[in-house]
Amino acid sequence: MSGAADAIIIGSGPGGATVAEVLTRAGWSVVIIEKGRNHLLDPTDLTRPAGDYSNDEIKFISRYFLGPDPLTEPRAFRRNAGEGEHTHVGEVNSIPTTVGGGGTHADGKVPRFREEDFRLHSAYGPQPGAHVEDWPLDYAELEPFYAEVERAIGVAGRAGANPFAAWRSGPYPMPPGAPMYGAVLSSAAAEKVGLHPYEAPTAANSIAYDGRPACNNCGFCAFFGCPIHAKGDPVALLTKAMATGRAQLMSETFVSRIITDGRRATGVEYLDADGATHTMDAGLVVVAGGAIETPRLLLLSGLEHPALGRHLMVHFQTIVVGHFPQLDLHPQKGRSVTHVHDDAMVQDDAARAAAAEAGLPWFRGGLVEHSGGGLPIMSARHSPWGRAHAQAMIDGDLRDHMWAFIMQGEDLPYATNKVDLSPSVRDARGYPVARVTYEPGAHELAASKYHGKILQAVLEEMGAGYVIHTSSPGVSYHGVGATPVPESRHVIGTARMGDNPDTAVCDRWGRVHAWDNVVVADSSVFVTASGYGPTLTLVALAARAAHHLADTKPTGPVAGDQTGDASPTATT
Amino acid sequence: MSEQEYATLRAACQQMMPSGTGGPGADEAGVADYIDSFLGAFTFDPPRIWAGGPTSGRHGGAAGFADFVSLSRLDELAWRMRIEGSQGEPEREFNGPVIGLQQRYRDGLAALGADFVEVDGKEQRRRLRADDAFRELLWEHCCEGMYGAPEYGGNRNAIGWSYIGVEGDVQPRGYSDAEVSQP
Repeated sequence: MSGAADAIIIGSGPGGATVAEVLTRAGWSVVIIEKGRNHLLDPTDLTRPAGDYSNDEIKFISRYFLGPDPLTEPRAFRRNAGEGEHTHVGEVNSIPTTVGGGGTHADGKVPRFREEDFRLHSAYGPQPGAHVEDWPLDYAELEPFYAEVERAIGVAGRAGANPFAAWRSGPYPMPPGAPMYGAVLSSAAAEKVGLHPYEAPTAANSIAYDGRPACNNCGFCAFFGCPIHAKGDPVALLTKAMATGRAQLMSETFVSRIITDGRRATGVEYLDADGATHTMDAGLVVVAGGAIETPRLLLLSGLEHPALGRHLMVHFQTIVVGHFPQLDLHPQKGRSVTHVHDDAMVQDDAARAAAAEAGLPWFRGGLVEHSGGGLPIMSARHSPWGRAHAQAMIDGDLRDHMWAFIMQGEDLPYATNKVDLSPSVRDARGYPVARVTYEPGAHELAASKYHGKILQAVLEEMGAGYVIHTSSPGVSYHGVGATPVPESRHVIGTARMGDNPDTAVCDRWGRVHAWDNVVVADSSVFVTASGYGPTLTLVALAARAAHHLADTKPTGPVAGDQTGDASPTATT
Repeated sequence: MSEQEYATLRAACQQMMPSGTGGPGADEAGVADYIDSFLGAFTFDPPRIWAGGPTSGRHGGAAGFADFVSLSRLDELAWRMRIEGSQGEPEREFNGPVIGLQQRYRDGLAALGADFVEVDGKEQRRRLRADDAFRELLWEHCCEGMYGAPEYGGNRNAIGWSYIGVEGDVQPRGYSDAEVSQP
């Protein structure tokens, strides 16, 4: 197969889908190659739901429906090089391997970064052992693209709700959805402690929007595909691209190598669903496999750069859980997380003093999600077996009487935290898998300890009988949940952008410095992680890169009153 | 699974989730049948790995869960590796031999003893405690068999959900905004 389209896009997740939408809108033809299966879109009409998603805990949590399967597509893990080749093989930071990628399983929290997130070095200064740098662009440059993609995927939120938020050129496309009962209580408690909770910007429809229905609060958001396509990312972008007739989707197709000739990519080598090898000519290759699979592919393709694979960041998660025997918090009703707060990312005298006490020039925490308890199977697994089991499940401490804060703590970019190719572990196709080397640094641990105490105070204000602290990856001082393999699905860094080709893998547009026609369109290019989920920023960056390629302009924010009609006719 | 293995499995599941303790026991929910049909997933066409969607029919919509999703070539490879093990087949041993769930159950049930169903409950619990790895595997599957969707063979008549007051899947009905936000 040769010369199939103007651009080949590798990966159908939020980044790849965004590039496909912008380029096809500009008249380009694209081929989207996805190694996972298509459970998202109806194969007979790629603008409609496939109907495979469901409220099914066995399918999505126990049986890897969204992939990757850790037997056929494992990863290797170690904390540091001193531990030898690896200490674990299997599931490591798995983001879905399926049409729609990470957007399919996310609970749809899509905050923007703030101005200082793009200039961390200038705003805060260096940090020992970390390569803290400013980004080669600022918030003002990205803002029009934030506005465009919020409108495209449909983000529910309330402008002005977060006192720390960056400026916006317009309102959110739709108002927030229904607040979860537990979040109403935890937000009130947080305010009493002096924090500033707000309705989480969420890519789940609060009203019918752009041909997709309003969310009906089924509760199966995080780790599940949405059965009714109320979650807009990335289904809205993929369906828009497909509707142009200029996008071709090739699922179950694994790109094994980008073929290059000097400074240019000439095509890709790929394996089809039956394992047969083919090549496809390409004038432009866009890589959007996520911050683990993207460097893996670039390494498999022979790209050599001292920063490639390095500076992996995952968000060190601080998890503080309270027990509320007197409350029925029914966390199964609603959108998994409806409220968050940003205070841990804002410096005050107390945080500065705590950082100094830890021997650090500064630290930052991350976005704190207000979240409820587990689903039935998940909570049962942590309940006792034997005669005490049934009563424990009736009591429902791990479902109805638990409320938690999860802080997505900012990881700093350390060169030693990295992705490379495993020397010995292979996937089922016979290719070396990604090996993750990761451990938190002094910054992450100090921020976690400090902010964890504040979160405990909020849960106590809310009436918690007792509070438990843990983290992911686990650390010895918590004593529980101590697996060193991070469970965060926020994978960031590994092909950072910058103007200096000696220190950055990609340029300010995501183009690989060494290859003129290869563009990275995912969170690999991030210079620093911030403490916000990466999705909206990577999508905005992908839109910016695609507009640059097509020489087009973003369409800007939605106009008018955000509480008004946001029906398809009003928004497209 | 032989008759004796199945009987041992039932008894072991019943120890994990006994009857008469305020909720249904594993027997009432069909937990052993869930495990048996999982280990025998490839005796069905399509294999009983992933129930269909988007609705079960319990709260409206079609009974889509009953139509299991077909497996791709790689899906089948993964699930045959997991359930059957690698069995010396090079295609399944690209990272070395894999012991499948069928073998782990065979070994685990054998280790509980041929007389497991005859000994008293205290002795059954002692034997279960003696093998952490097998007990943890069994517990994982007991939880799925009691609280997973009934289409997988357990949670008979949704008894595991009803006794703890959850509805399981709720599409296409969902919950109203008031149900989400009020106590």
